[in-house]
Amino acid sequence: MSTFMSLGEAIASAVHDGDSVAIEGFTHLIPHAAAHEVIRQRRRDLTLVRMTPDIVYDQMIGMGCAEKLVFSWGGNPGVGSLHRFRDAVERGWPHPLTLEEHAHAAMANAYAAGAAGLPFALFRGYLGVDLPKVNPNIRRVTCPFTGEELAAVPALRPDVAIVHAQKADRDGNVLIEGILGVQKEAVLAAKRAIVTVEEIVDDFGPRSPNAVILPSWTLTAVVEVPGGAYPSYAHGYYDRDNAFYLGWDAIARDREAFMAWMKANVLGQGPEAFAAHGRRAAA
Amino acid sequence: MTLAWTATEMMTVVSARALRSSDVCFVGIGLPSAACNLARLTHAPGITLIYESGTLATRPTVLPLSIADGELCETALTTVSVPEMFRYWLQGGRITVGFLPGAQIDRFANLNTTVIGSYDKPVTRLPGSGGAPEIMTHCGEIFVTMKQSRRSFVDKLDFITTFGHGEGGDHRARLGIRTKGPTRLITDLCVFEPDPETKEMTVTSLHPGITRREVQDATGWPVRFADRVEDTAMPTESELGTLRDLHARTRRAQGLAS
Repeated sequence: MSTFMSLGEAIASAVHDGDSVAIEGFTHLIPHAAAHEVIRQRRRDLTLVRMTPDIVYDQMIGMGCAEKLVFSWGGNPGVGSLHRFRDAVERGWPHPLTLEEHAHAAMANAYAAGAAGLPFALFRGYLGVDLPKVNPNIRRVTCPFTGEELAAVPALRPDVAIVHAQKADRDGNVLIEGILGVQKEAVLAAKRAIVTVEEIVDDFGPRSPNAVILPSWTLTAVVEVPGGAYPSYAHGYYDRDNAFYLGWDAIARDREAFMAWMKANVLGQGPEAFAAHGRRAAA
Repeated sequence: MTLAWTATEMMTVVSARALRSSDVCFVGIGLPSAACNLARLTHAPGITLIYESGTLATRPTVLPLSIADGELCETALTTVSVPEMFRYWLQGGRITVGFLPGAQIDRFANLNTTVIGSYDKPVTRLPGSGGAPEIMTHCGEIFVTMKQSRRSFVDKLDFITTFGHGEGGDHRARLGIRTKGPTRLITDLCVFEPDPETKEMTVTSLHPGITRREVQDATGWPVRFADRVEDTAMPTESELGTLRDLHARTRRAQGLAS
């Protein structure tokens, strides 16, 4: 059964040094506020897992939270490089970062396998490419029925999944709408799950009978953080701040500019700072 | 009348022309996205555009900055999860054409978006694979679009992120890949298509005003030209107008000056 708590309590109780942590979101619903709390609580030696590490993982890597990154595409979407990520990989700053690198199909299947309680994910892929030469976790298995060789990667089973969603009801069930990414799979694959939401409502109201809902008993903690996905977006609440993504490039290029930005906007702030961005879109 | 256009506009227009109204197209972000939407707004109104974020049959009015802007979901027929997108729709063989950008390419249209330099000690760390390796093997055919330069059109890739025609010939078939792979490479200078036998990317069309010498100077391997090289038709007023309107709408939506 999920428990409502503050963001500080949720991160303190569920995220420990050395954990593998999947802070997911496929451009949409990226839990920036929760990730900032992990940075403020100075978590160290984390294995960060995500298909599309973007700005918020750039921030965590630059602040020294990560020992390892499991990923399939690391960039500032539509803009270019993640400069803190590149600084860690190319120059070991603030410390070296171990990579376990995949393609999207592998990561998506690996989360689904984790959610399904399977030891590995099976798919048709990785043909003719170099990644299997640098990632020993990419193997091949033979279909017992047809003899076809298929790709296999270990299931993803993070210690903690952190996602953002639109709404929780009073019982702690969570409704996700719009681009879903791998959030449902990440939550069901993880040992513990934290969800931040735009708002807590008495009732979800009219919805499709096939609405994507994470039942409260699949979640460890639910936290109300309006605007908590900013500068990404929350479908039905606020748009992606594309200008912020464009502007991040200059901030992240320079170590001192980055540290100054983090000090002013993360270390010296709390989750309530996100509320200014959490306006519900006009109907 | 004579129209003026930029190299990027030329490349986008030629890319758009390659698409058919009956295509189900897996769209990469950046120039492929502009080309696919230009096709939809001009000669291919029936085209189905799919982005890897899960949006099926999306009809954005402005170009998304990222692969999953809200615009894509709000204008889509439906939106599925990312595992479903990669398993049922891509691996399931439902996509006729994939449209990819590239960072580095070789003469057999293999792509590198992983590292410049060695993997363990890269000079430049690039974003990585994303969906490209499986897009390249699961879509019926692939169009690649990128600007030509010696830095990006290289004799040997530092890393094979995405397998095009491998070492050429029947290499795809030998790996059990049943799709066509890269059938067109559209640059700011010309169009390449694979030689039917060797699969080496071969120039089949030169853009207006571009010489063979210019193509060779921007390519890191000795370029092969087809026996008959066509002249790429100039962009029409309608193509350029529609493309410029699309970009102007996009800039306004991003809050940037148009």
